[in-house]
Order: sequence, then C-alpha cells, then structure tokens
Amino acid sequence: MCVCNSRLFAALKLLLGVWMTVVIIAAFFYAPAAQNLGQMSRIIYFHIPAAWVSVVAFAVCTAYSVRYLRNRRTQDDAAASFSAELGLLFCVIATVSGSIFAKATWGSYWNWDPRETSIFVLLLIYGAYFALRSSVDDPSRRGSLAAVYGVLAFITVPLLVFVAPRIPAVQSLHPDGPILATGGGLDMDGRMMTVFISSLMGFTGLYAWVFSLRLRAWRFITALANRQED
Amino acid sequence: MWSSNWVREALAVLAKDIRSEYRTRYAFSAVLLFAVTALAVVSFSVSPYSLDADVQAAFLWIVLFFSAMTGLSRSFVREEEARTAMTLRLSTAPEAVYVGKLLFNIALQGAVAAVVVPLFLVLMDVAPAHPGLLASATILGTMALASSSTIIAAIVSRANAKGAIFAVLAFPVTLPGLSSAIRATTAALRGAVGSGSALVAGAAGDLRALAAYSVLMIASSLLLFDFVWDD
Repeated sequence: MCVCNSRLFAALKLLLGVWMTVVIIAAFFYAPAAQNLGQMSRIIYFHIPAAWVSVVAFAVCTAYSVRYLRNRRTQDDAAASFSAELGLLFCVIATVSGSIFAKATWGSYWNWDPRETSIFVLLLIYGAYFALRSSVDDPSRRGSLAAVYGVLAFITVPLLVFVAPRIPAVQSLHPDGPILATGGGLDMDGRMMTVFISSLMGFTGLYAWVFSLRLRAWRFITALANRQED
Repeated sequence: MWSSNWVREALAVLAKDIRSEYRTRYAFSAVLLFAVTALAVVSFSVSPYSLDADVQAAFLWIVLFFSAMTGLSRSFVREEEARTAMTLRLSTAPEAVYVGKLLFNIALQGAVAAVVVPLFLVLMDVAPAHPGLLASATILGTMALASSSTIIAAIVSRANAKGAIFAVLAFPVTLPGLSSAIRATTAALRGAVGSGSALVAGAAGDLRALAAYSVLMIASSLLLFDFVWDD
C-alpha cells in the first residue's frame, strides 16, 4: 500500500514537471496573442493561475482551521499554516506580476482597481495571520487563535469581493474582453483556452505537490522529535 | 429560564465594565483625546482648502477607525492584565461575556462618535446635506466597527504583543464595513450633486450592507468566541 502510493506520487511528480514545462512553452509559442493586448496578453497563463491558487490556498487553510477547532489535532494546525505560507507566496507572485502588467498597459504600477484592492486585502490577511501566529508562544493556543482568525477573515472575503467592485468612479481596468465575455461566460480562442485551463491545473498541481511535501517533512520532524524525547 | 439567566449575565458584564470604566475613565479619555488630537491635526493642516465630500468622509472614518483601534481592545486586555479573566471564565457563560463586551464596545465607540462627529462638522465647517443619513451612517458604522473588533480584541488579549497587532488584525476584517460607511457618509455630506432617487438608493444599499455586515460579524463571533475564550 505504502510502496504503491509512493510510486504513484513519484509518477505524478514527474507528470507535473513535464506538464508545467509544456504549459510554459505553449504559453509563449503555441497560444496566439490576444487582439488588443498583443504579446502582453500572455500574462494570463501565469498571473491568473497564481491569483487562483492564492485564493484556493486560503480556502484550504480555512478548512484545516475548522478541522483543527473540531478535533484539536496538531497536524491540522500545521497544515493550515503551510497552506497559508504557500498562499502568501502565490499572492505575492500574482500581485507583483499584475503590477508589472499594470505599468505596461495602464501606465502606473498601482491603480486601486477593484481586483487590485481585493488581492491587496488578501495579502494583508495573510500578513496578519502570520503576525498573529508569531506573537503566541503556546502551540495549542496559537493554533486555536490562528484558526479563529482564519475563519473570521475567510467570512469577510466574499463581502469584499461583493463590495469592492461597487466602489463608484472606479471602473475596473482589468481587461475582461479577451477573457470574460460580457455575458459572463468564458470567451477565448480555442488554443488560448486550452493553455489557460492547463496552466490553471498545473499551478493547482504545483501547490498540491509543495503542500504535501511540506506536510511530509513536518511529519518526519515531529516523529524525530518524539523519538528523541523517548 | 436559561435564556433570561444568559441575558442577565451579559448585562451584568456590561454593568461591571461600565462601572470600572466610570471609576477610572481610562479607555474613554484615552480614545477621546486620541480622536480629538487626530481631528485637530487634520483640520489644522487642511483648513485653508475646501475639500471634496469623499475626502472629508475618508478623514472622518480614518479618525474613527484609529480611535476605535486605540480603545476597543481595552475591555479584554484589562481582564488579562488584572488577572480577572479566569474568574470571569468560571462564573459566566462565554456567550454572555462576548455579548456584554460587545455592548460595552458599542457604548464606548458610540460615545466617542457622538463627540467626534459634531466636532468634525464644526472644525471642518461642513453642513451635511442629509443629516439623518449622516446620523444613521455613523450609528451603523459604529456598530460595524464594534462588532468586528470585539472578537479581534478577544484574540489579541490572548496573544503576546497586545497593542501592536490589534490594528493589523482588525483592518482586513473591518474593511468591508469601513468602505460602506465611507460611501454612505460621502453621500450624506455631498447631497446636492447627485441628489435624487439614485443617491438615496445607493446610500440605502450601503446602510443595508453595513447592517448585514454587523449581523454577520456578531453571528460568526458568537460561534467562534468559545474557541478563543476557553483553551
């Protein structure tokens, strides 16, 4: 069982490496450039998946937090914090790449576009989460306080997504045209769509892989610490 | 029977906090002086210019938000510092403690707003176009500030760096309420430009968003408070 699992994971890891390589090559050479944005439209294969992963990681963090509050297993607390770490990393990637794109197309690095506002708040939430974790010494108390804060922050995120786009006089600068149709559905060139969805899957896979790696390392370290204590 | 006990306990916590606040006047005087100082700095530095309504609304809520950040954590931090938290934990149901502290924070922040908002109108020389709208935006905004920061105060009182991280933790969670309050206040101050059904409808939407935000925060705090309080 265990051997079979580890073989499966090794195969998946190889697949992920190949997949991401193909996605990166395809993003530059296979997918056509969008009509209005030209070559700069290629950011969607990296920027949007990173933003997507930073939200998914936050959802995973909240799910583990709820589980920790229910049954108080240290592993759930560790998993929540690892997911938040990765989410913070991807959130920074999405913010920086989006900011460079904003400079190139809209003329300034930061414009308080509604989506910029919401990713900035997500960044603040992640920062606050780690500030809270680092200011509590007792591990079980740290776990429960961080978990409560994570759940509380997660509840406000949908509100923010609802409120931020309604700020008047600030029309969203994000180029919906080539990505989202006015009707709300996806409206992309077939090849762009293929690369975009593949990249989304690849980034999610990358997150899952690093997350499981981090969790396995944590299990080893705690097992080792327990053995040394005995 | 149980529920009447519960309400009585919450009111007892509120009465205890008000009494100890009345004796020391620590939180109220600190918060009020902070708010008045901040307001004076703002007014002093921008008085030569006539500002737009949205800038004024933003200034007002910045002052109110940061004065809330200086005072609203006191109610829980004081219990930890005076080492009375354990007694409270033994004698009172957690939800009653939360509701009592929430009511105290609403009262404290309401008292501060009742001084700051008129003072703001006088110092900045503003005649609000819709005084009723301004009053309801202030009341609901105060509710929103108090309801989101009470649970954060409980979290902070259990952590080490009590003063430093309160604003850091509270800001992202409070932002939806804060931005709605700023927009409703802008509409109340501006009036003439967009006066009509569209403006009133927009402001009413913001006020509804504020009320919904407060209810959501209080409900989720009641569910989560037990995990913060008893560990």
